[in-house]
Amino acid sequence: MDFTFKEEQQQFADALRRWVDKDYGFEARKKIIHSAAGVSDEAWATLVELGMLALPVPEQQGGFDGSAVDMMVVMQELGRGLVVEPYFATVLGAQFLKLAGGQEGLLERVAAGELKLACALGEQQSRHALNDVQATDSAGRITGRKTVVLHGGQAGAFIVSARSGGAQRDLDGISLYVVPRDAAGVQVTDYRTIDGQRAATVEFDKAQGTLLGAQGKGWALLEAASDYGAALLCAEAIGAMDALFAATLEYLKTRRQFGAPIGKFQALQHRMADMFIHLEQARSMAMLAAVKAGSSDDEERRRVVSAAKVLVGQAARFVGQQAVQLHGGMGVTDELPAAHYFKRLAMIEVTLGDADHHLERFIAQPGFKEAA
Amino acid sequence: MDLNYSARDEAFRAEVRAFLAANLPPDLQTKVRKHLRLKREDYVRWHKIVAKQGWAAPAWPAEFGGTGWDATQRHIWEEECAIAGTPPILPFGVNMVAPVIMAFGSPEQKAYYLPRILDCTDWWCQGYSEPGSGSDLASLKTSAVREGDHYIVNGQKTWTTLGQHADMIFCLVRTDPNVRKQEGISFLLIDMKSPGITVRPIIMLDEDHEVNEVFFDNVRVPVANLVGKENKGWTYAKYLLGHERTGIAAVGRSKRELLFLKKIANRQQKNGKPLLQDPLFAARVANLEIELMALEVTVLRTIAQEAHGPGPQASVLKVRGSEIQQMLTELMLEALGPQALPFDPAYLDGEREHALAGDDDAAPLAGYYFNFRKTSIYGGSNEIQKNIITQMILGL
Repeated sequence: MDFTFKEEQQQFADALRRWVDKDYGFEARKKIIHSAAGVSDEAWATLVELGMLALPVPEQQGGFDGSAVDMMVVMQELGRGLVVEPYFATVLGAQFLKLAGGQEGLLERVAAGELKLACALGEQQSRHALNDVQATDSAGRITGRKTVVLHGGQAGAFIVSARSGGAQRDLDGISLYVVPRDAAGVQVTDYRTIDGQRAATVEFDKAQGTLLGAQGKGWALLEAASDYGAALLCAEAIGAMDALFAATLEYLKTRRQFGAPIGKFQALQHRMADMFIHLEQARSMAMLAAVKAGSSDDEERRRVVSAAKVLVGQAARFVGQQAVQLHGGMGVTDELPAAHYFKRLAMIEVTLGDADHHLERFIAQPGFKEAA
Repeated sequence: MDLNYSARDEAFRAEVRAFLAANLPPDLQTKVRKHLRLKREDYVRWHKIVAKQGWAAPAWPAEFGGTGWDATQRHIWEEECAIAGTPPILPFGVNMVAPVIMAFGSPEQKAYYLPRILDCTDWWCQGYSEPGSGSDLASLKTSAVREGDHYIVNGQKTWTTLGQHADMIFCLVRTDPNVRKQEGISFLLIDMKSPGITVRPIIMLDEDHEVNEVFFDNVRVPVANLVGKENKGWTYAKYLLGHERTGIAAVGRSKRELLFLKKIANRQQKNGKPLLQDPLFAARVANLEIELMALEVTVLRTIAQEAHGPGPQASVLKVRGSEIQQMLTELMLEALGPQALPFDPAYLDGEREHALAGDDDAAPLAGYYFNFRKTSIYGGSNEIQKNIITQMILGL
């Protein structure tokens, strides 16, 4: 067994970290968040230049054919840097294209950094159940309203789920389409999210799309791609928790009360030990999820990814809340990174399935019933 | 990153499984799997079977009778034993006193004691804790005063696990009361048959006789039984604590118990359906299972790092491992509901074939729950482990 990252993986991480430290610090990020666009073209250009967009794309389309483990390294660094660029949305969209096949042209543009993607999957009523689809598909024309589409306002094309048949929550009858942003009948309402990112409501009115995979048979693809996305979010959460934990530790060593650094008080020390244990357990699960996200054994993939999303989500909540508590009043201001990590972690928790959703899914797998 | 066992490791696992299938006596396996009480001869019988195979002390160097297995293989061995349900190879001799004797003992001590530990000729117990010295172990008071070729030992040890069966006890004793508390401690090997030793049982809350108090009243111990140098015992004790600690996570055992919990929860009914299908109960089991999945990876990560020497990471394993073990017993108790009440020591001791109340699987579980509160207390309480994490890892 080997729990280390390969040299090339470490090089990707180092390059990203250098960039974040130099050009994407707390103040620079704040400017981007409060700009009209909410993202930075310059930052995007750097991500492209560093090869981050080529990384997940197959070699034939000009990419590096990176695995989920390669992507884990990248996502950890983006989490550490609280990067708000439309990277995750694009990479998740690319995973749909990759798994579906037949979309080489689009993937080439993703690898070159020319095309940003967003995944228009959730709807007002669906919560975390991506099979709950009301948007309709009538001979390749999609009608419906998709909510909280991450970086929908920045995307050049959408991956859209729509129902070609079956009842509202049936697994059967779901189709997946690629719809260009500039197609007729697409309306995008872009807004900020509480954690400094962007999202959008995207309305489709008989918009023309290109089918991914077979019509009405999109569920397996949707599930596999969103598991990949969940594994990536787990990695991002680890990076964010690492940075938040380090900041909290530093605060405990420097903030003085009653004539001593507050880190000398046992009540606070044990809280830190608890956070450390949560974080190490979460790291273990994020690693396992990255390794199994591409497993050919569907049940194993579901079990492990759901387990990771549960455990990482619980850790994110504990570490986030306690880090704020240990920062005292400063923890609830906008002025320190702590609050920003806390917000990002809380939003990761409710993206692509919260802990309850994944716990239920874990229980539903046949393996859960195995007994002595 | 590669989280798969190598082909060599998988072949090793197959070899271990084959050995266990052929050599683990079914009556012992049943006792362990059904949570019945083990007797002295049960432990000794299994130890001798394993010793005959040459596997009783996997972590020892080959020159003393070890196996030459690496950390991953030792983990596989422990895991397979736990899953099969073998009696434990007790740690007091093989994993605790032996490494100290190897590192600091005299040639005569090595030649005499190590083979007897390996084949279980001697049953060892641990004389560390005292009534006034629990987590603050270095405050211990049991004294050893040199008189010619002997030390005269006076005092009391406690929490001596299975000391009622022991031939030998390794003790931390105070040989110099006039220096800093850590600097006046020595490490002595004492024959339990020595005149002046009295063993008093401490009955645990499940009415099992698992631990004891050991009293020393002018016990004469030959100076030849001093390990290493006088007043250096605290160094040796710390060396011991840093040794081979990934096993405390008890992942293999917890995996077996998780399946047992599910068996119980499948059989118990709630509203006419198996309890395991109840969403509330299933959620608690699933949370536990996920925590255990994570712990297994954390253990393997720790093993992978152990090439660079054991570290304070073991404290993480102790805390979560003990919490998981306790939660398993807690959920077993809950699964039983009112069926948890019947208490049947005669059945637990093997004096009766079946439990009086009718459910053999259920009978030991309440006691098991109560007994396992010990796991977050022994081996350095979980609060002490958190002190270690904050001091050794976080530098607070």
